[in-house]
Amino acid sequence: MAQRRTIALLLVAPALAMVLALFVYPLGYSLVSAFTAKDGQPTFANFTKTFDLYGTDIVFTVVIVAISTALSGVLAAAIGGYLVLGAHPAAVAMLKWLYRWPLFIPFIVAAQCMRTFLAKNGMLNNTLDALGLVNAASLSGLLDWRGIIVTFVWKETPFVALLVSGALASLDRAAIEAARNLGAGGLRILVEILLPQVAGVMAVGLVLAFVTMLSVLSVPLMISGGSRTMITADMAFRVNSYSDYGVANALGFVSYLIAGSAAWLYLRRIVASEATR
Amino acid sequence: MKAALGWLWRGSVLGVLAFAIFGPLANLLLWAVAIQWYFPYKLPLTYGFRYWGEVFKPTSDAFASLATSIVIAVFTVAVCLLLAVPAGYALGRRLVPGRGLLMLIMLLPQAFPSVAIYLNIARLFYMVGLNGTIAGVVLVHAVHGLVIAVWIAAAAFAAVDVELELAARNMGATGLRTALTVTLPLAAPGLIAAAIFVFLESLDEFTGTYFVGVPDVTTLPLMMFNASLAGNYQIAAITALILLVPSIAFMLLVERFLNTEMLAKIG
Repeated sequence: MAQRRTIALLLVAPALAMVLALFVYPLGYSLVSAFTAKDGQPTFANFTKTFDLYGTDIVFTVVIVAISTALSGVLAAAIGGYLVLGAHPAAVAMLKWLYRWPLFIPFIVAAQCMRTFLAKNGMLNNTLDALGLVNAASLSGLLDWRGIIVTFVWKETPFVALLVSGALASLDRAAIEAARNLGAGGLRILVEILLPQVAGVMAVGLVLAFVTMLSVLSVPLMISGGSRTMITADMAFRVNSYSDYGVANALGFVSYLIAGSAAWLYLRRIVASEATR
Repeated sequence: MKAALGWLWRGSVLGVLAFAIFGPLANLLLWAVAIQWYFPYKLPLTYGFRYWGEVFKPTSDAFASLATSIVIAVFTVAVCLLLAVPAGYALGRRLVPGRGLLMLIMLLPQAFPSVAIYLNIARLFYMVGLNGTIAGVVLVHAVHGLVIAVWIAAAAFAAVDVELELAARNMGATGLRTALTVTLPLAAPGLIAAAIFVFLESLDEFTGTYFVGVPDVTTLPLMMFNASLAGNYQIAAITALILLVPSIAFMLLVERFLNTEMLAKIG
C-alpha cells in the first residue's frame, strides 16, 4: 500500500514540480522584489513610488474592472433569464445562438475588432450616423476607458451567461409556474425567485471574469494606447522602458490584492449563506 | 396588433444584440478585404485581396509566425499531456493522499492575475538563457495549459470503469498492456478534448509570449499586435482572421456538448 502511494506521488510529481517552478516560485519572487530596493535592502520605496506615479491608474483599474464585472453580471442575468422564461421559442433559440459567439474569440482578436469598431471612424459611429442618431464628425470614438469596458463586457458576458443559464436550467420549474399563477411578471420571477437560487454560480463566474480582466494585457495596450490606462499596461511599460522591476512588482502586488479582495467578498458571501442555512 | 408590437420589441432587442456581437467582427472582415480606407469615408474606397497575398507569401513575417505558433502549440500539447496523463490518472483514481490540496495547487495559475507572474518568469528565464527561445515560450504556455489538462484528464480517468481493467488483468494481461489497451483508449476522448483546449490556449496566448518570447520568438498573436500598433490594419485583420478559424471551428465542434443540460451537471 505504501509502495502504491509512492508510485502515485511519483505520477503527480512532475506536474506539481512544473507548477511550483513556473508559478509558485515566480509568485514568491515577485512578492519579495516588490519589497526590495535595487541594492537588495528591504524597503517600502517601491510602493511610495508606485502610488505617486500610478495611484490614479490603480483607482482607474478598480473602477474599470468593477463596472465591467457588474455589467457582465446584469447582462448575463438578463440573457439567462430570457432563456428560461422567454415565452417565444423562436426568440429564445435566436438568443441562444447569438450570445455565445464572443466566448470562443481570443482576447487579442477581440481587442483588434474593437480597436476598429469603436474608433472615431469605426462601424459603431458610422452606423449611428447613418441611422441619423448622431453626427459622426462630432464624435471622438470610444478608444479609452470606455472601450476597455466595452471589450471586457463583450468578451466576459457570454462566459457568465453560460454558467448562469446552465444553473437556471437545472432549477425546479414548479416555483416558476406557481409564481406565474399568482400573477408575478417575468422580471419579478427572475429577480426574486430564480437569481437568489443561482447566486453561488453567478458569484463564481463573476470572480473568474474579474480575475481574467486583471490578467489581460492586450486589451488595455490596444484599446487605450495614449490615454490613462490600467496597471497591467503600466507593469509592461515599467519593465520594457525602465527595467524597473521594483515598481512593476509593487503594481503586481496591488493586482493580487485587488483580485484577492474580490475572492474574499465571494468567500464571505459563502460563509454568510452557510450561517443563515 | 399586440403580438406585432411584441415582435417589434423582441426584434429590436435581438437586432441591437446581433449588431453588438457581430458589428466588431464585421468591421474586422471589412479591414481584411479593404485596400484603401481612410477618414471620413464610412466604407473602404477599394476592395481586394492584395494584402492576403502579402500575408500568405512564403517569405512573409505572418507565415513565419504562423509556423512558430503551430510549433509552439504542438510542443505545448506534448509537454502538457506528458505531465497531465500520469498526474490525472493518480488524481482521478484517488491514489494520492491530499488530493484536494493538490488539485487546488494545480488551479493556482488560473486564479492569480498573471501579468506580474509572467514578467518575473521572463526575468528568471533571462538568467538561464531561456528568454527569447521556443523552449521558454513552450514552458510558459504549458504551465498555463496544465491546469485544464490535469483537471480534464483526472475526470476522464475517474470515468473509466475499473471492472474492465480487472477483467483484462484476470485474463492475464500485464499492467502495462492493460493500461495501453484498456485504460488509455477508454480515457482517450477526454484526453483529446484536453489536447484541443491546450492547443487553442497556446495558439491565442499573448501576455506570456510578450514577456518571455522577446525579441526572437514572434507568434501569430504577437505579430498581429505589432501590425495593429503600427497601423497596418489590413495585415492585423487578416492575421486575426487566421487566429479565429481554429476557435470558431472548435466552437461549432463543441456546440453539441455545450448544451445547458451538461452544464447543469457541472454547476
